Amino acid sequence: MEIFGIPHQAFLGQLLLGLVNGAFYAMLSLGLAVIFGLLDIVNFAHGALYMLGAFAAWIMLDKFGVNYWFALILAPLVVGVLGVVIERVFLKRLYGLDPLYGLLLTFGLSLIFEGIFRELFGVSGQSYPVPELLSGATNLGFMVLPNYRAWVVVVSLVVCIGTWYLIERTRLGAYLRAGTENAKLVQAFGVNVPLMVMLTYGAGAGLAALAGVLAAPIIQVNPLMGSNLIIVVFAVVVIGGMGSIMGSILTGLGLGIIEGLTRVFYPEASSIVVFVIMVIVLMIRPAGLFGKEA
Amino acid sequence: MTKAAKLIRVTYLGLLILALIAPMLGLYPVFVMKLLCFALFACAFNLLLGFTGLLSFGHAAFFGSAAYVTGWLIKSQHFTPELGLLAGALASGLIGLVVGAVAIRRQGIYFAMITLAIAQMVYFVCLQVPFTGGEDGLQGVPRGALFGLISLESDTAMYYLVVAIFVASFLAITRIVSSPFGQVLKMIRENEPRAISLGYQVDRYKLLAFVLSAALAGLAGSLKTLVMGFATLSDVHWSMSGEVILMTLLGGVGTFFGPAFGAGIVIALQNMLADKVGSWVTVIIGVIFVLCVLAFRKGIVGELQAYLRRRQR
Repeated sequence: MEIFGIPHQAFLGQLLLGLVNGAFYAMLSLGLAVIFGLLDIVNFAHGALYMLGAFAAWIMLDKFGVNYWFALILAPLVVGVLGVVIERVFLKRLYGLDPLYGLLLTFGLSLIFEGIFRELFGVSGQSYPVPELLSGATNLGFMVLPNYRAWVVVVSLVVCIGTWYLIERTRLGAYLRAGTENAKLVQAFGVNVPLMVMLTYGAGAGLAALAGVLAAPIIQVNPLMGSNLIIVVFAVVVIGGMGSIMGSILTGLGLGIIEGLTRVFYPEASSIVVFVIMVIVLMIRPAGLFGKEA
Repeated sequence: MTKAAKLIRVTYLGLLILALIAPMLGLYPVFVMKLLCFALFACAFNLLLGFTGLLSFGHAAFFGSAAYVTGWLIKSQHFTPELGLLAGALASGLIGLVVGAVAIRRQGIYFAMITLAIAQMVYFVCLQVPFTGGEDGLQGVPRGALFGLISLESDTAMYYLVVAIFVASFLAITRIVSSPFGQVLKMIRENEPRAISLGYQVDRYKLLAFVLSAALAGLAGSLKTLVMGFATLSDVHWSMSGEVILMTLLGGVGTFFGPAFGAGIVIALQNMLADKVGSWVTVIIGVIFVLCVLAFRKGIVGELQAYLRRRQR
């Protein structure tokens, strides 16, 4: 059986891979959007935090024998705490300044993390085994589905929808959204805004780390994995616009799928297709697909 | 003439003399040439960040693609060096026109992200198209003879060409900034809505500033290829865009000489540390970034100027 002249197993395989990548784009751009909303900082370190999550999982397994399932909880917690420290030590000094300084500072931070890990572990990747429970593949009749990839897509979707629910439908989320609109006023109503800001950055860092742990068994864990991804995620954010949570999720997934399809039909363009789409979107709708401001 | 202006003039004159006699002082000419190339790159970048208020996170795209164009034209098409340099600057100016037209559709933080993303696209294109030599880059680009007459193979001849181009470009940037056009750019930096309300076609000014900055950054990249004899992927890589931001920030955003000064420090630092500490160079650069943003946002030259101004009162 073939689809557009491509063997359908290869086609569906790339589609699934695209969906997996899209899930990572969605999780990372979600975190970026939430952090930007409240802190007015574009977190360049998001890629480094994602890398740290993957490395945390790998180190836990390699040095301490902590298995995947615990790492899935522990790594995001550790990186989340690191995020809180970053916010307290560095970012809080930048509030009220031009957001460009936040971008430059977090860029510096990501260079520091990347350099340290490159020195410690080299640039060649470390492989992280797929957990036993999720190894192998399921034959669905029309395609063979690798269990781990299916798991990644499901978990990311649950996390994304969960975050959306938390922000759009709960009381805590209402504080967050109010803080995004007018932090001073929310503070005047008795909400501890600095605490909320700190925890938001921590949670965003944890979310990036979670994506890193999920990615570890699929790609080689290496110090540069974050910086290569973050630039694509920036393009995703520009395409979606940082205005809406659901918008970030949909844009991330959609672009992942488009990238996967490009890999089937015109592999040479697969690494630039997201950027090309960004340029087109900017020409037609500069605010982004889901953006509010003009 | 005020005291400060006199001081500045004397400093510049001293630096020029220093540059002219540097080879006789035993300074390694290739090092000084590399330094001047990056100083020009940083000054070109500062035209956009310092005087127009636009943070481009993708200037490596201009530096690197011009480096490739010049390298390819000289090596494979046997262009003379001056034509190679000119073509490199023109090519990056054209790329700047396209990139700028897209990027100025958004402001502030989005502008930075867009330029970064487009530069990454340029990087992937350079990785894949045949004439850049892919992972190996272009090696062994000959310096040739200027106008077909003056051989640049000797470091001394090459050195004085680099100094001449740097000084000319530096003066051009100074002239651009102090022209009426430059005043409009500063107004856009300070208060864009106001500039619009006064009837200025802000986008045109921004685009022209972008193209000029891209072309000069390209000239720096072309010159680097000519000096070093190679163009590689690291010239177009995002870390190069980061480095030029650091040079400018460290030296002083929006000062004339700061970026060149910052470039000097960063290049000297890399030169001293590269073979000793390996990847720690990246860490050190990251730390300087963080310190600059947290502690002295005006940069070294900027802080110095502020200090002199305070003392005058």
